[in-house]
Amino acid sequence: MNWRRAFLAALSAVPVILLLAWGLTRDPREIVSPLPGRPAPDFALTVFAPGEPPLARPLGDTLALARLRGSVVVLNFWASWCLACRDEHRDLSAAAMAYAGQPVQFVGVLYNDIESAGSDWIREMGGQVYPSVTDPGARTAIAFGLYGVPETFVIDQSGRVAYKHTGPIPEALIRRKVDSLLIANRGAAD
Amino acid sequence: MTRLLALDALWFALIASVVGGVVAPFALARGRLRWVAVVQGAVYANFALVTVATVTMMVALLRHDFSISYVAQVGSRATPAFYTAISLWGALEGSILFWAWVLALYAAAVVYINRRREGLLVPYTGVVLLLIALFFHVLLVGPANPFHAVSPVPADGPGPNPLLQNHILMAVHPPLLYLGYVGMSVPFAFAVGALLAGQIASDEWIRAARRWTVTAWLMLTAAIIAGMWWSYEVLGWGGYWAWDPVENASFIPWLTATAFLHSVMVQERRGMLKLWNLNLIVGTFALTILGTFLTRSGIISSVHAFASGTIGYYFLAFIAVVLVAALVLVAGNSERLRTDGRFDSPLSRDAVFLVNNLLLTVFMFTVLTGTLFPLVAEAVRGVKVSVGEPFFNRMTLPVMVLLLFLMGVGPALPWRRGDPAALRRRLMIPAGFGIAAAVAAIALGTRAPYAVLTFLFAGFSVAANVGEFVHGGRGRRTARGEPLHLAIWRVARGTPRRFGGYLAHIGVLVFAVGIAASSTFRTESEANLKLGESMEVDGITARLREVWGREEPQRQVIGATVAIERGGDTVAVLSPRMNFYPTSQQPIPTPDVRSTLLGDTYLNLVAFRPDGSGATIKMIREPLVPWIWIGGGIICLGAVFGVIPPRSRGGEEVQA
Repeated sequence: MNWRRAFLAALSAVPVILLLAWGLTRDPREIVSPLPGRPAPDFALTVFAPGEPPLARPLGDTLALARLRGSVVVLNFWASWCLACRDEHRDLSAAAMAYAGQPVQFVGVLYNDIESAGSDWIREMGGQVYPSVTDPGARTAIAFGLYGVPETFVIDQSGRVAYKHTGPIPEALIRRKVDSLLIANRGAAD
Repeated sequence: MTRLLALDALWFALIASVVGGVVAPFALARGRLRWVAVVQGAVYANFALVTVATVTMMVALLRHDFSISYVAQVGSRATPAFYTAISLWGALEGSILFWAWVLALYAAAVVYINRRREGLLVPYTGVVLLLIALFFHVLLVGPANPFHAVSPVPADGPGPNPLLQNHILMAVHPPLLYLGYVGMSVPFAFAVGALLAGQIASDEWIRAARRWTVTAWLMLTAAIIAGMWWSYEVLGWGGYWAWDPVENASFIPWLTATAFLHSVMVQERRGMLKLWNLNLIVGTFALTILGTFLTRSGIISSVHAFASGTIGYYFLAFIAVVLVAALVLVAGNSERLRTDGRFDSPLSRDAVFLVNNLLLTVFMFTVLTGTLFPLVAEAVRGVKVSVGEPFFNRMTLPVMVLLLFLMGVGPALPWRRGDPAALRRRLMIPAGFGIAAAVAAIALGTRAPYAVLTFLFAGFSVAANVGEFVHGGRGRRTARGEPLHLAIWRVARGTPRRFGGYLAHIGVLVFAVGIAASSTFRTESEANLKLGESMEVDGITARLREVWGREEPQRQVIGATVAIERGGDTVAVLSPRMNFYPTSQQPIPTPDVRSTLLGDTYLNLVAFRPDGSGATIKMIREPLVPWIWIGGGIICLGAVFGVIPPRSRGGEEVQA
């Protein structure tokens, strides 16, 4: 073994490894959404899963974004076939419950799925406290530039997208985003 | 229950690879030869255990056992059983499991085939293969565990990625690719095994490495061609290669393996290029791991890329270990790999092999650079850019064309020193064929210089390689009085390596002609047709007869029935379709193709009127496309010849 030569050869691998290591910290799929800061696309969708009191909405009711001005809207796209949606389900319900009585509306949007499968899923998961709506033809999903499920949009009181989250969203993050919008609005109202 | 059984099997496989890959080499190094049996046992046990896990997964997929995370992720009750079975390699975790199984299979095959061989070469080779297996086992019990419990158990799943359940070639391309990719671990293991056993200067390991390389090369070649075919049949743009990063990832090690298959002959014949060959083997393996890293880590965006997680860091660590260990071993032992012979003349087969290796290496670096360029550019300038087809085409065409030329010259030259007059005599007829092919191509309208050169050199080299068969057959006919075709077959069968090589050359040349013709003479058009209306491309008429829809359990299909007419007669009826899967926003196209040996008529349904009164059809005419696949088949046939042992030992070479 010629250790000196071996060492020099090993050294030549370092830049390659460093480049690859750096590359791992980047996300090539990270497509910057143009939505945050802009008005959210309007929608008027039909409730298929009413949720539970006190957050329930009547079955067949229409939830329109335009009529939710003044409330913070947490819009969560999900599907019964989506594994990651199971992970965030408890967090979303807990967060929604914590804001009961405040101007915050949680809405689930069923994405590329059939209603009965969605209802079965909710029953199986032990209920969903806030209402879910259907999105025929995935029009609203397309308008929001959905990349996959789950994705969650937090919309402020004036109807602007304040935050977009890709993947399962933890309760603490929802609360931080919603709290800051509620506080900012209180400041503006004063 | 079965879930835990499979997971336990993977844990025990991990333990077996630790015992055989980590503990055993220390014992072997101290001369404890009983450990040879331990390594063998570990290799077989590893194979049995990974097989248990893989079969369990397959059964779980087919039984729609959604309590297992991987099944819940890729399964769906509506998906046909065939596509459910092949979704084993449809997503990250399953593909890692399948990878581990292929590796275990190779390791068991290596140990079994060489079970009577004396010495420490094979045990150390087994050690290296178990070390590689260990990495995959760590992934399987850690970040890529496909056997997580899902609770509560979902009633149904989303089904596999729509692209993977849309065409039968998805059952062929991925497993071949794994067999090719993973197969390159075997020559690497032999090389490192020889270094560890202190036998790097002997010829024993290089023969074994060559054989296993031909096997893996055959699989990889078939995989690349199946992938091209799939892309052509499914993606709807009528193309077969786009220099996508992951396509490149499979092609880059193919280039170094091809270079090795040529340069190894120089080592066997002349005792030269030993260090170079070792570098090619190690490089090929490192490039397969790099390719896997690119596909699995999500580092470069591509249609093939799997979703990523922490797994990228594991791969990075593995690449680092492989690169450093390989470089240390090769550089540290380089003095023991001194060359015995020397090059005598530039006009010799030895010299042509040298140039061939130079060109293939340049080719490899060009594709590698183009593939990694986006990463480098972002690191240096902070912008996302990528180099597309123009870069690759411009940079690689000159190299490809020169390689086509060399394929004709090499076989006609003797080892050591050639005689210019003899070479001229031997290449006179092939040169005539080449010129005739080029003239014909120009007469038919070829103007692009590289296309003309392709036809020129392909004509030349096909004739030269066919000439080698005829030459050999004539010699035998004179000696034995057999009919020429029988004499050719027996000569080829007697020295299969040599004639397998010529056959592979002919395949590559046919393949190149198919590509040059289909890309040069491609004509296409797109039209909005009402029912009964027609469009025409290249003298062929396509008439829209019907637009229809069909509900299938797992998807909705919209199709168009189109009659292909030539001179007023209907020669074929094609049905390009669009498939809508519930989990995909965009429809997955299924073009329909009418193939004849002269060329393809390719129809793609671009859009349709919901009332069924019309459709937008894209029509492409591409001449000689089938010859790409035929050429691919010939290459593979040549490679099969390259691994089978010769029937009689009267040939000019000795097999390992």
